Amino acid sequence: MSTSLLLLFIVVIGFIAYFAGRARSLALSGGKLSNLHSLPGYHGSYVAIWAMLPAALVLGAWLITAPVYIDGSTRATLPDTVQSQGPAAVQLALGQVKSVAGGLLRLSGEELAALESGAANLRATLASKGVALAGEGEPYMIAAAKHFNAMTATNLWLKSAVVLLIAIVGGIYAIRNVAARFRARNQVERVILGSLIVASSIAILTTVGIVASMLSEAGRFFTMVSPFEFFFGTVWDPRFAAAGSGGASGQFGLIPLLAGTLYIAFVAMLFAVPIGLFAAIYMAEYASPRLRSTAKPLLEVLAGIPTIVYGFFALVTVGPFLRDISAQLNGLVTGDYQNFIQAQSVLTAGIVMGIMLIPFVSSLSDDIITQVPRALRDGSLGLGATRSETVKKVILPAALPGIVGALLLTASRAVGETMIVVLAAGVAARMQINPFEPMTTVTVKIVNQLTGDLEFTSPQTLVAFALGITLFVITLGLNIYALYIVRKYREQYE
Amino acid sequence: MTDIASSTVRISARPETAKRDIGIKRRYAAERRFRFYGMAAISTGLFFLALLLWTVISNGYTAFQQTTITLPIEFTEKVVDPKGERATDGKVLLTANYPLLVRDALVKQLGLDASKRPQVKQATDMISASSRTLLRDLVVADPSIIGKTVPVTLLAEANIDSAFKGQIDLKVDESKRKVKDQQVTWMNQLAEAGVLKKSFNTGIFTFGASSRPEAAGVGVAALGSFYMMLIVLVLSLPIGVAASIYLEEFAPKNRLTDLIEVNINNLAAVPSIVYGLLGLAVFINFAGMPRSAAVVGGFVLTLMTLPTIIIATRAALKAVPPSIRAAALGLGASKMQTIFHHVLPLAMPGILTGTIIGLAHALGETAPLLLIGMVAFVVDYPGSPMEPSTALPVQIYMWANEAERAFVERTSGAIIILLIFLVVMNLGAILLRRRFERRW
Repeated sequence: MSTSLLLLFIVVIGFIAYFAGRARSLALSGGKLSNLHSLPGYHGSYVAIWAMLPAALVLGAWLITAPVYIDGSTRATLPDTVQSQGPAAVQLALGQVKSVAGGLLRLSGEELAALESGAANLRATLASKGVALAGEGEPYMIAAAKHFNAMTATNLWLKSAVVLLIAIVGGIYAIRNVAARFRARNQVERVILGSLIVASSIAILTTVGIVASMLSEAGRFFTMVSPFEFFFGTVWDPRFAAAGSGGASGQFGLIPLLAGTLYIAFVAMLFAVPIGLFAAIYMAEYASPRLRSTAKPLLEVLAGIPTIVYGFFALVTVGPFLRDISAQLNGLVTGDYQNFIQAQSVLTAGIVMGIMLIPFVSSLSDDIITQVPRALRDGSLGLGATRSETVKKVILPAALPGIVGALLLTASRAVGETMIVVLAAGVAARMQINPFEPMTTVTVKIVNQLTGDLEFTSPQTLVAFALGITLFVITLGLNIYALYIVRKYREQYE
Repeated sequence: MTDIASSTVRISARPETAKRDIGIKRRYAAERRFRFYGMAAISTGLFFLALLLWTVISNGYTAFQQTTITLPIEFTEKVVDPKGERATDGKVLLTANYPLLVRDALVKQLGLDASKRPQVKQATDMISASSRTLLRDLVVADPSIIGKTVPVTLLAEANIDSAFKGQIDLKVDESKRKVKDQQVTWMNQLAEAGVLKKSFNTGIFTFGASSRPEAAGVGVAALGSFYMMLIVLVLSLPIGVAASIYLEEFAPKNRLTDLIEVNINNLAAVPSIVYGLLGLAVFINFAGMPRSAAVVGGFVLTLMTLPTIIIATRAALKAVPPSIRAAALGLGASKMQTIFHHVLPLAMPGILTGTIIGLAHALGETAPLLLIGMVAFVVDYPGSPMEPSTALPVQIYMWANEAERAFVERTSGAIIILLIFLVVMNLGAILLRRRFERRW
């Protein structure tokens, strides 16, 4: 019985259990529902839960453990000559045994007999059935494969029998519990509460997953490349070493990537902060409700546009525009029409990322500015200050911690942004301070190292996880600090 | 202090106007400047929004039209099945020399001399190489067509398409452009005969990846995106709502729930590419799921969307007034019944709005999908979420890296399609909020 069919059976049993439980509680009520502690539906649900939940849990556990057990048992049947060659060889043999096992199922009795007596070639026979074998088959493999097939078959019917038995036994046990004063609702609600807790722990599990996966992969990377070389290296040159040459595996210096990331984020912030902040101040303090109700959503549209669209915008519009205008400028000044801004450059990526960040700065700052109490504003205006003086001398100082928090959140977005820089910043990892030249970022290199064929053993692949954990730590630090500031600030006026 | 000092000096000089001159002019000028900065900032933002949309639309609206050439193709048995073996050998029809049919039809249409090879080559270059599969599919679907002459609408080659749309500057020296003068003459000749014309481009909605711009479309990518959105919706809505109910209604206030809360707020701000790394390490490397499959993409986007949904749901639950809870509890409902029968239905519009916004965000996400191998050249529709597929934004990324002019047009066209999806989703969210949101 396949797993999906088994699941279907469990659901069917659950349905039957639900109606059985309901019917029994109705019968026990003697026609008067108030005799029951819980509504009949809860009795039904209680029985259904007992029928389905333990069976499903056992099925899940079985699905995880059974293949491990079968592999172990099959591995033990392999001859000592293979066992002595180390775990890699055993694993290889096991894989072959499994494909032989798959092939044996397609053979007829005579062909099988021919194989066992050694009259027929294993590989050729299997190939004729459409099963490709990686190497030349060994005679011991047939025995091991037969063992594997027998185990698998046993496992299949044992699994079905045990799971269905548990479902039925659970249902019967629960039905016997149903009584007029039985607190079925409390039992059902306890299960629901349990599932709510499981759901909310997924958030924790995600974080644990991120940290654990990054740390373990980055840890493997640091066994090949020393952390000192990674964090303080100034050259990024992850050459893909020729197979077997070992040592010369390239240099993995983080500094040029980090410099590019911070530089581009800085240019973006330089562009986004004044525009976003002034827009927020105008909308909070000056704009008529009508202007506010049209301009604010329109600016927020910028935040809803996918970043790949910004990347494309940088690629076909901003980059070429900056390149051409620099050529014209250069021509006007020196007579030499040579562009001094590259199409892919820190400036291009910074400006386009800045456009993306405008709504983040403006929305967050707007919220914070409007939170400043009315009394402060009225006091300042009443003393004869103009609106701009009120903003500059009263509101901004009061809102400053919140705005700093907002800017930090925006900065963490700029650091983690990927698609814009992939298309607009270039791939050359170098350290320089000219904003008209291309630089590259941590995120670009993560994408570069992980697209295409990869094997999880080379430092060229694993370095992406070391980069990832660096990025995660930077953004996490910025976020935690920003949230801390924003939270602390909010409490002030409450 | 200096201000006061200077004004006292003035008072002594001109006592009669002393009360008036408190620098009001200067201060009003500063006020006006400040207002102007604000206006300028908003206009700059809106200008960039307009520029962005204009770039995409002006580059992309032509992608919804495609130049086609309708030719009477004669399916001669001599070419399709020269040895008459099609009844016994199914491969004959698949491997026949279909471009020859196109060539013959075009030569006839233009009245060329079939023996002049270079000229004929130039002429056949005007028609997309995808016509081979088009004709093959026609013949395989209905072998009785062999021997008849049927008008077939073929795609024009990408450069001819661009030239016919007027996107290629014909004043440039002939050697520097991809469309030759002779081809332009033929193009105009065909257009006058009504054979070559522009029509609505259905291909961009139905085709898969292709290295030829005229035969490339987003159909396959859109299906991949659809699978992922389905998975995200089915997983993240129940999990997100369950988690928020627990955190908002049941969780005791202790360090653990505090930790979960800070954690969720931080997860919402983790760069999306980090989720891609998580998916690669956990789902593909550890759990052994297939690379490039929509199911892995769906899981990764689910984890990414969960914090958004949880935050929106908690806000919606918070907005339900306590009187509702008190009334239900007072009538003898248990806490669980109160929440599931009364609070949750009232919070539903807010929850759904948050979910749609989260989904819209997930639909436009590219970076994590690059890492789990969804940058694949997928030609056929994936039959299930377990098969290799790609996604709409990833398709845009792949086309953006192509150099040809025709691909810029296709990329913009695909962006327009993506933006239309996003606009529809967001409008839906706004309507939902307007229609069902209750203020207490």
